[in-house]
Amino acid sequence: MTDILDQITPDDATEAPKAPETRHWRREDGEAHTLWLDCAETTTNVISEEVLRELDTLLDDAAHARPEVLVIRSAKQGGFAAGADIDGFANLRGEEAVTLLQQGHAVLDKLAALPFPTVAVVHGATLGGGFELALACDHRIGIDGVKLGFPEINLGLHPGLGGTFRLTRLIDPVEAMQLMLNGRSAHDRKAKKLGILDALVPERHVVAAIRAAAGGSLEHGNGGFRASALRTRAARSLAATRMRSESEKKAPRAHYPAPFALIDLWEDHGGDATEMQQAEIASFAELLDSTTTQNLIRVFYLRQRLKAAGKGKDGIAHVHVIGAGAMGSEIAAWSAMQGKRVTIEDTELEPLGDTIRRAADICNAKHLNGIETRDALDRLIPDPDRLGRAHADLVIEAVPEKSDLKEKIYAELTDAMKPGAILATNTSSLRLSDLVDATPDPARFAGLHFFNPVSRMPLVEVVSHDMAAQDTLDRLAAFTTGIDRLPARVADYPGFLINRILAPYLMEAMVMLNEGHTRESLDRAALSFGMPMGPLTLADQVGLDICLEVARSLRDGLDVPVAETPDWLRDKVNEGHTGRKAGKGLYDYNSEDPPRTPEDDADQAVIDRLILPMCNAAVECLRKGVAPEADTVDAAMIFGTGWPPFRGGPLHYARIRRDIPDTLHRLEDRHGPRFAPDPGWADLG
Amino acid sequence: MSRPVYLIDGARTPFLKARGRPGPFTPVDLAVQCGRPLLMRQPFDASAFDLVILGCVNVIQDEMNPARVAALRLGLGEDQVAFTVQINCGSGMQSIDTAFRYIREGSHEIVLAGGTEALSHAPLVYNREATEWFGEMNRAQGPLDKAKAFTDVRPDFFSPVIGLERGLTDPITSLNMGQTAEVLAHRFGIERATADAYAVESHKRLAAAQEQGRLDGEVLPAFGRDGSTHRHDDGVRPNSSIEKLAKLDPAFEKPWGKVTPGNASQITDGASWVILASETAIEAHGLTPIARLVDSEWSALDPAIMGLAPVTAATPLAQRHGLDCDDIDLWEINEAFAVQVLACLAAWQDDDFCRDVLGYDSAFGRIDRGRLNVDGGAISLGHPVGTSGNRIVLHLANAMKARGVRRGIATECIGGGQGGAMLLEAA
Repeated sequence: MTDILDQITPDDATEAPKAPETRHWRREDGEAHTLWLDCAETTTNVISEEVLRELDTLLDDAAHARPEVLVIRSAKQGGFAAGADIDGFANLRGEEAVTLLQQGHAVLDKLAALPFPTVAVVHGATLGGGFELALACDHRIGIDGVKLGFPEINLGLHPGLGGTFRLTRLIDPVEAMQLMLNGRSAHDRKAKKLGILDALVPERHVVAAIRAAAGGSLEHGNGGFRASALRTRAARSLAATRMRSESEKKAPRAHYPAPFALIDLWEDHGGDATEMQQAEIASFAELLDSTTTQNLIRVFYLRQRLKAAGKGKDGIAHVHVIGAGAMGSEIAAWSAMQGKRVTIEDTELEPLGDTIRRAADICNAKHLNGIETRDALDRLIPDPDRLGRAHADLVIEAVPEKSDLKEKIYAELTDAMKPGAILATNTSSLRLSDLVDATPDPARFAGLHFFNPVSRMPLVEVVSHDMAAQDTLDRLAAFTTGIDRLPARVADYPGFLINRILAPYLMEAMVMLNEGHTRESLDRAALSFGMPMGPLTLADQVGLDICLEVARSLRDGLDVPVAETPDWLRDKVNEGHTGRKAGKGLYDYNSEDPPRTPEDDADQAVIDRLILPMCNAAVECLRKGVAPEADTVDAAMIFGTGWPPFRGGPLHYARIRRDIPDTLHRLEDRHGPRFAPDPGWADLG
Repeated sequence: MSRPVYLIDGARTPFLKARGRPGPFTPVDLAVQCGRPLLMRQPFDASAFDLVILGCVNVIQDEMNPARVAALRLGLGEDQVAFTVQINCGSGMQSIDTAFRYIREGSHEIVLAGGTEALSHAPLVYNREATEWFGEMNRAQGPLDKAKAFTDVRPDFFSPVIGLERGLTDPITSLNMGQTAEVLAHRFGIERATADAYAVESHKRLAAAQEQGRLDGEVLPAFGRDGSTHRHDDGVRPNSSIEKLAKLDPAFEKPWGKVTPGNASQITDGASWVILASETAIEAHGLTPIARLVDSEWSALDPAIMGLAPVTAATPLAQRHGLDCDDIDLWEINEAFAVQVLACLAAWQDDDFCRDVLGYDSAFGRIDRGRLNVDGGAISLGHPVGTSGNRIVLHLANAMKARGVRRGIATECIGGGQGGAMLLEAA
C-alpha cells in the first residue's frame, strides 16, 4: 500500500541553499532570516569548531542585514544537535582548550547580543553544545517530542559553552543544576514547564510561533522562577550542600569530580554571569585534563565502537522466545518494547502471564505513555500453541540450562522454523560446540547472551562458533543494536567473555569468606574500587545456583586452575537458598540489606585479590581471541557488569597500573596457582 | 451473483464473569486477545482481509468504532476498512451476516467478522440534573461563580446508576429483559423447577465440554496486564444442582417471579471472531472450511416478548429451504433466560401457535435436548451481548464438524423484540 501521509510529507526539512563559503549551514531569507544547521557528511548535527566559526560569519552578515527576526534550526530529521564535537576537544589540553572555549563563547555571546529577536527552533535531541546554542537565543520554540539536556556529566564534564550560567539564569537554578548534574534530558512538556521553551508546538505551527516571537508577543515561559531567592551566596551554599550530599550518594567525589566542580562553580559565581562564564571555561578545561574524564570519554568511544559492530539491517521483524522464565520474559518484553513483534511460548500459562506483567512494569519504569505501552503489549503475544515458531525470523531459546532439554527443542524446530530464520540460544554456561549438532542449521545458529535484567543491562554477547555463518552473526549484532542494546561479538569459550572474567571475582570472594573475611568487608572493599556491587551481593543477585553452574563449566572447560567452590555453597543451593530471588542466599533479604557504601580506607591487598583475577582473565580472553580486541573486552565489562567506567575497563586499568603481573606472582606464592599471570601479559604492552 | 460463503476458522476469549468492577480488558483488548493467535494460525497474511466488521453494543469512549481500533491494533494495516455494527444482542451475528452478504454478492473475498463486549466496563450514568450541574461547574469562571454553582449540588447527584441496568431495560415497554422472560414463562406455562433443571444441565454441559477439550482451539487463553491468565469461561458452576438453584430469590419480580440469577444468563466480558471466505479465497490461500453459511433471517415482534424471536427468525429460514424440524441436526439457541429458551421450544410444539403465527398446518416439532446447546450456553458461560451471536455461529460450526452432522441453526433473541438466525451446512 502507498503510505499517503508519507507521500504528502516533504522529504527534506528545507530546500534552502548552502550559505556561501560554509559547509554546515543553509540560509533562507524570507519573512525570517533562517540559518539551518546541516552538518556535512553526517546525519547528526554536532557543534564543532568549524560550525561555530561559520556561524560567526553568518551572524556578522545577519547583523548587517538587520532582519526582523533571526531563526536558528536544524535541517536534520533526528534532532537539533547531539552535542559538542567530542573528537574536536577530547585531545585538547590546558591552554589550548581554554583558547578554543573562549572562541566558542565569543560566537554565542555575539548571537546573544544581536539587537533583533533571535529564535532557536528545536526538535528531537537538543543536547550539550546544541542546547547551549539554543540558550544563546532570545526565544526557544520546541517541536513536540524535543528533548533538551546536558549529558556532559556522563563524560566527567559539565557544560562548557555557556550552559552553566545561561541555564541557571533562564530557569529556576536548582532545576537547572539538577538537569546538569543528573545528565538526563527534559522532554517536551517538562521543558516547557521548566521555562526552557517559550512555546511547544507541532511543526505546523512553527511559522506562526516565529511570527509571534518577531512581533514581541511570544512571552518567556519561565516556570515559577525563584532565582532572586538564590542570588545571595548564603542561599546558594545551603542548596549546594544538599546537592553535594545527593551527588556523593550517587557517585563518590574521589571517583567522579565533575558534579562537585559544577556545584562549586555555581555556589561561588552563581550571582554574576560574567564571572561564572570565565569560571566555567577554567573549570571545564581542568576537568578535561583529569584521568576520570579521559577514561569516560574513552568509554563513550567504546560504546560507539560496540554499536558500530552491530550496523546494518537485521531482517528480523518477528522474534519468538522459547521459555518464559526470568530471562526469556525480559528478552521478550524488551524486544516488544523496542518495536519487534514478539511471541513467547512456555509449557505453562502462568509464566506467560508473568511475562505480560513484567512487560507492563518495564514500560512503566521506562515512562512509556498509555498508547506506547498498549502498542508494546499488543506486540508481545503469549503463545501457548507455539504458533510463533513458524513465523519468527529469530527464535531465541531461553529454557533451563539442560542440554537434553535444549536438544529436544532444537529437534522440534527442525521442520518448524521458516527458511532463513536464525536460532539463538541464551545459554550462559553451556558450550555452543556441544549444542550445535542438534540444531536445525548450524550456520544459522549462534549464542545471544543477555544479562539480567535486560531492561537495565545494555550488553548482549553475540557468541560465535566454528560453523556459524558470518551473516548470522552480523544479523544478530544488528538485531542487538536495533533493540537498543550493545553487541559484543565473542567466541565460544567457557563462560564466554563476561562470565569468564567476572566469575573469579565472585569465586575468590567465596574463598576469602572461608578464610574469615566478613561479607560486608569484602563487598565494601569492592565498592571502594568502584564496582557497582560487591562480589557477594552480586553472587546473590545472579543466583548462587547459576554461580555454581558457571564455576563448574569453567572448571571443566578451562586449562587453567580456578578457585575451589566451598562445600557450604553447594549446601546452601541444595537448601534452596539461591540468593535474592529466593529471599535468602549469602545475605538474608528478609532481615538485612547488603552494604551499599564503599569502605573509606579499604585494604589494597583485599581489593587486589578480588580485582586482579579479573584483569588476568581478561588478558587470557584476549590471548585466546574470545574477543577481537582489547577495547571490546573493556567495553563489554563496563556495559555488561558495570565495571567502573572511570577506570576505563580491566585491560586499560592494567595498562595504566603496570605492576599487575608482579602482584599476581606474589598472590600466586601466597594463595596458589590460580593467580599465576597469564602468558598474554607479555603482549599487552 | 450468489456465491457460496464459508466459515474458515474462528476463536474467542474465555468469557469472564463481571465481578462488580471493571475487568482486565476493554472491548478492543478482548478482540485483540483472541484475534492475535487466530490470525497467526492462518496460512495467509493478515493484509489479505478485505474488511473487518465487529459487533459491539456498549462501546467505550476511548474506542469509538471498535472494529477499526481492533483492526489497527491487530496490525491489519492503515488501509484496512473496518466498521462496527449494533443490533443489541444480535450484533455479533449481524457482523457475520453482513460479511456473508458482501461475499455472497461478490464484492469481497475474505472478511474478519466478530463481536466484543466488556459489560464490566459499562459506565456509571448520572441523572440529567447532575449532568447539567457538572456542566455548570465547568462553565463557572472564578472562585465566586464556582462556589455559587457548588451550592446547587444535591445528594442524589452522586447516586449514579450502572449504565448496564438501563441498557437491559426495554425503552418502549420499560420492562427489564428479565421481566420480558417472566411474560413468556407465564404465557407458555414454564415452571420454575423446569427452568432450574435446564440451567443445571447448561453448567454440566459446559463443564464437560471444557474437560473433554471440545472447546480447545475455539477458546484461546487471555492474559491480563496484571499477570492474570484466563483459560476457561469462568462462570461455569459444575457443582450446580436443582436444590441449590431452588434456594435463589427471583431477580426481577419478587416474590413470585420465576427468573433467578441461577437460571438467567450471566453478565460477562468476552470477544469472538470468525473468518468468512469465498471459494476464490479458499483456493488462493489453500484454506479448509469448517462449514458453509447457507442463509440468514431476521425477525421482529412485540418487545415485551422479545425472547420468543428465535422462533420467528429460525422457522422461516427452515421453511425457505424446505427443512423440517428433524432436518436440523444441531441447534444453538442463545440462552438469555432458561424460561425464554423453554418458551421457544414450547411454541414450536404448539399446534395453535405454529398455525396462527408461523402459518404451519400443525406444530413445527420437538427439538430434543440432545441436539440443543450441546456444549452449554449463556446461562453457564455468560452473555456478553455483542459477542454471543458470533459465539453461537462459531460453536455451531465447530460442533457440527466434531459430530460429523450436516445441518445446524444458530439463533438468538434480541433485546428490543428482534431475533436473528443462521443456517449452516457441513462444508
